[in-house]
Amino acid sequence: MNESPYVIEFRTVTKRFGDVVAVADNDLAVKAGEFLSILGPSGCGKTTSLRMMAGFEQPTTGEVFIRGENVTGVPAYRRPVNMVFQHYALFPHLSVADNVSYGLRQRSPKPAKAEIDRAVDEALAMVRLDGFGKRRSYELSGGQQQRVALARALINRPAVLLLDEPLAALDRKLRRDMQIELQNLQRDVGITFLLVTHDQEEALSMSDRVCVMRDGRIVQTGSPRELYDQPVNRYVADFVGKTNFFEGPSSTEVLSVRPEQIEIAASVNALPEGLSARLPVKVLNRIFLGEHTEYVVASEALGAFMVMAPRKSERDAGVYDIGDMIAAGWRAEAERILPNT
Amino acid sequence: MRGSSPRMMALSMTKTTRPKLVTALLLAPAALFFVFLLLVPLTVVLIFSFGERAPAGGYLPAFTLQNYMDLPARGKAFFNTLTLAPLGTLLTAIFAFPMAYFLAVKVSPRWRVAMLILVMAPFWTSQLLRYYAWMIILGNKGLPSWLAIVGITDVRIINTPWAVLIGAVYGFLPLMVPPIYVSLEKLDKRLLEASADLGATPTRTFFQVTLPLALPGVATGSMLVFILLMGDYILPQFLGGGKVFFIGNALVDLFLQSRNWPFGAAVSVALVAIMFVTIYFYMRFVLSKTDTRRAALV
Repeated sequence: MNESPYVIEFRTVTKRFGDVVAVADNDLAVKAGEFLSILGPSGCGKTTSLRMMAGFEQPTTGEVFIRGENVTGVPAYRRPVNMVFQHYALFPHLSVADNVSYGLRQRSPKPAKAEIDRAVDEALAMVRLDGFGKRRSYELSGGQQQRVALARALINRPAVLLLDEPLAALDRKLRRDMQIELQNLQRDVGITFLLVTHDQEEALSMSDRVCVMRDGRIVQTGSPRELYDQPVNRYVADFVGKTNFFEGPSSTEVLSVRPEQIEIAASVNALPEGLSARLPVKVLNRIFLGEHTEYVVASEALGAFMVMAPRKSERDAGVYDIGDMIAAGWRAEAERILPNT
Repeated sequence: MRGSSPRMMALSMTKTTRPKLVTALLLAPAALFFVFLLLVPLTVVLIFSFGERAPAGGYLPAFTLQNYMDLPARGKAFFNTLTLAPLGTLLTAIFAFPMAYFLAVKVSPRWRVAMLILVMAPFWTSQLLRYYAWMIILGNKGLPSWLAIVGITDVRIINTPWAVLIGAVYGFLPLMVPPIYVSLEKLDKRLLEASADLGATPTRTFFQVTLPLALPGVATGSMLVFILLMGDYILPQFLGGGKVFFIGNALVDLFLQSRNWPFGAAVSVALVAIMFVTIYFYMRFVLSKTDTRRAALV
């Protein structure tokens, strides 16, 4: 019906709560079928953005479009989007099946019972919860509740699935599993996913595109690789992955070198050829992290910085102790000069 | 390891026996209250209900079922109580719910306590005084005379079931609001958003989420009001004016006026029995509908 390539669009959306500007002049466009994450620290306006898409909040100024249709001012119950809440918000007085079928039962005309039952079975099978329909939500584990919340939203085939920090309440191992499961699910159902998170690892590992927010504004939008390799400023480089900043003579610019781009060796001469920086350094700290070791080293010229030494390089270059005098260096391509904002 | 020495064992034994004594002492007032102020009087009433009226009034030991056979003579009191008490409870709940909802959801937390105190404020003056006020308001020189000014004449409110119902709502609202308020306050507001997100209109959200989850509060409040209303006699006395009388009024009449203690006792036993049965089935119904208590623990 509509030619718009975007399922959700913000056009200069601003949201104020009293004197506080939660979202400022946002232009955001979500492409059909993509997995987009909004990444930022708490209070950056990412949840408010999500709530404006769901219809729980209305923008102070600007417009929201869903599938090319202006939905500014349209309440949540008339928008074709569904949300997975941070703490799932499952109805405690309803069974799992009744939770999942809730959205279908609000439609008019209401679908036939047999049709609803079939859809519920399908939805539960999709999140691998076959046979859980009769249970109560509070009888389920956190991961299972999470999956019920997903089924409850996806059964409605929304234009966009909004996910508000959906993995924050899960433990680390389960979070990793759910990340993979969410990605697979998104590919299978072909529904646009929009995830809000403060966890950069989560955003980078799952999304097609990531939108980094700060103080209500979008700082950069791009693929995870773009954000990591070509951050537009110090803030993005710092937020997306780990990095070292070296202050130069100018206070408006800063040099960024990712710790995994830095090589270490027993002495300056032992460093490989072709490095643009070669420094004698002292080992200040060493943290063993399994697949790699994180060193904090200090040079007289640049001060302390971080080096990530993978297992493989340790085998060639050796393991160093705190206090050892060694050398570190990096290639010219590893250097990135960024605006200091 | 040291705990296995005889001295330590003796110590640990006194430690386990002392809490039992403390528990018994703490429970004693409740147990005494229950036995002497409830079980014993009820037993006495039950025994009296099988007796005969002494010639000068009071109780004469006997064993007869005559008092129970005479119950239909007080059928009007039973009928009034059994219709107006549930109806009054229902009306009170209907009036109390929006108030509780407003307090729990709409009022900012800063004002909540003040507003709750205002709800309870009527309890600061005597019940008698308040019903006297209503007698005047609903009496012929009150509301009906004001209505006559705008052309609505011949309205009678005082001494009708309506007056009793108005009094019931007014008098028991402060008991109904707090329990409903508590259950609405506990209600996770995100559930309401989830319902809207899934396409439910505000009205449907109310009936599908808010009301079911507030049901425990409604049940508690209704129970309180229903029990008090069933046994009330001041309210029908003042606003029913002897025309709309409850079982309570019949009891006052039987015990204090005609001094027919055995018949009065039979009426009391019937009242208690009816209450037991009603509350039993009501609780069963409510418990079957509310499976949320364990959910609240999560």
